[in-house]
Amino acid sequence: MSEALRELSSHIGEVAGGLVSSADIAYGELTLKTDGTRVIELLTFLRDDVQCGFVNLIDICGVDWPARAERFDIVYHLLSPRQNLRIRIKVATGEDVPVPSACSVYAGADWFEREAYDMYGILFTGHPDLRRILTDYGFEGHPLRKDFPTTGFVEVRYDDEVKRVVYEPVELKQEFRNFDFLSPWEGTDYVLPGDEKAKTN
Amino acid sequence: MNEHNVRNFNINFGPQHPAAHGVLRLVLELDGEIVERVDPHIGLLHRGTEKLIETKTYLQAVPYFDRLDYVAPMNQEHAFALAVEKLTGTEVPIRGQLIRVLYSEIGRILSHLLNVTTQAMDVGALTPPLWGFEEREKLMVFYERACGARMHSAYIRPGGVHQDLPHELVEDIGKWIDPFLKTVDDIDALLTGNRIFKQRNVDIGVVKLEDCWAWGFSGVMVRGSGAAWDLRRSQPYECYSDLDFDIPIGKNGDCYDRYVIRMIEMRESAKIMRQCVDRLLGDAKVGPVSSIDGKMVPPKRGQMKRSMEALIHHFKLYTEGYHVPAGEVYAAVEAPKGEFGVYLVADGTNKPYRCKIRAPGYAHLQAMDFICRGHQLADVSAILGSLDIVFGEVDR
Repeated sequence: MSEALRELSSHIGEVAGGLVSSADIAYGELTLKTDGTRVIELLTFLRDDVQCGFVNLIDICGVDWPARAERFDIVYHLLSPRQNLRIRIKVATGEDVPVPSACSVYAGADWFEREAYDMYGILFTGHPDLRRILTDYGFEGHPLRKDFPTTGFVEVRYDDEVKRVVYEPVELKQEFRNFDFLSPWEGTDYVLPGDEKAKTN
Repeated sequence: MNEHNVRNFNINFGPQHPAAHGVLRLVLELDGEIVERVDPHIGLLHRGTEKLIETKTYLQAVPYFDRLDYVAPMNQEHAFALAVEKLTGTEVPIRGQLIRVLYSEIGRILSHLLNVTTQAMDVGALTPPLWGFEEREKLMVFYERACGARMHSAYIRPGGVHQDLPHELVEDIGKWIDPFLKTVDDIDALLTGNRIFKQRNVDIGVVKLEDCWAWGFSGVMVRGSGAAWDLRRSQPYECYSDLDFDIPIGKNGDCYDRYVIRMIEMRESAKIMRQCVDRLLGDAKVGPVSSIDGKMVPPKRGQMKRSMEALIHHFKLYTEGYHVPAGEVYAAVEAPKGEFGVYLVADGTNKPYRCKIRAPGYAHLQAMDFICRGHQLADVSAILGSLDIVFGEVDR
């Protein structure tokens, strides 16, 4: 498998090297990195090139890295049924930097991009219908961002007086518990509560 | 009424419609009885699974996968387990692999039984669901006997399976196969040649193969359109490469071909189950069912009472959990509905940094507009039935 991936990687490097920033093979999977301006050209090449044949769009998703300047990664997974290979393409983008939509290359990109927009607020230019998809009508915020609380901001209940479902701010009977199980013996890089004075000098 | 007073008619199909297979709201634009546009509104069952998984340890994430495609729960767990095992480089012993394959195939039959029979119900037949559900109930008893739960099993865990199967259970599964094949023959006799069933399904919802690929289809949807593509054969995982089974493919890519493929796949699954049962009672009758290095799979309670090391491992693995090395993998299984994949980004801690769930139904449902355009309103439910949609996995 990884022999074929190396061959594929060098083929892409030779023919379309200008479209790719880097190519690595890890865990038996090939990852190409590129940027928003070249991604559509790269996807079209991968789909149409005879030695690639990545005609099947598997998935498009976002990943949030809040510490980075360009905080989002858009990850495309493609499958080539002819070569029996998979490939992953990563594009880094910022909160307000739109990326061209892949709908013109793969018809199936539509909902995956809507989901990435809904969950992360990643913007796609040229998308036919960039609406929210999974969250409620009138939902605010992008729930899969790392700075969005797991409990959310609003909750719904049926109100018997007004005879409809009402939205209210979340009220927690108990603070949301996010346990920290990282072992202090393996070296944490933060101060544990109560340990503030442990290393004063 | 003159010509320009005629306007298209919008209707809401669902969210409370028996043929919507759960909570789907379809906004249909109709010109007479011809569908002009379909706008599926999904997300009514969205539970934020991916967000929740990010706040849980790897072991605690397993039960969420049961709740995705809730008609074949273990197949989803399997994809997650494969992803974690790929990152950690864990080997599963052969008995564990056989049990996984056995239960994945049970899941496939569970899903196909539900789909085939409810597809028949969508087009007007009432008997098939009653016959099919009897067999499903028996399969759910096998689930229950393996893990204690009819549906939400949490049985296939990273590193192997949760506990060993008793030999009586494996024998009972073996005894179930032959009567089941008779039931499949009965359903076959009811539906396959049935005039009404054919009228409602043949040449309905035809998808060409190149469209299938571009829309991100997988599983029965691409096989119905003529691609000999099955991850169990083309990118084998576990011990599928040692097992003998055939991949049925269709010619026309219509609802009827997809139905026939599902019927054949149930028989093939029964064949795989037979081989697993034989090996689980034969050469793999004893042996570990999960990774034994103690760093991923907690020791059993009995061991914990006797060994200090087991006690430490038990405590650590159930509180802190195991740490998964930083990296990213994509692992996919051939779930009953198509390619179910898990894209896992690990940052070296005990919780996944990102866990994207790639559900086959999501890609299939988004093509509703593309497939239904120009069909009659009544065909919408037949097409929806043949796409095999379950909202647990579409909405996540």
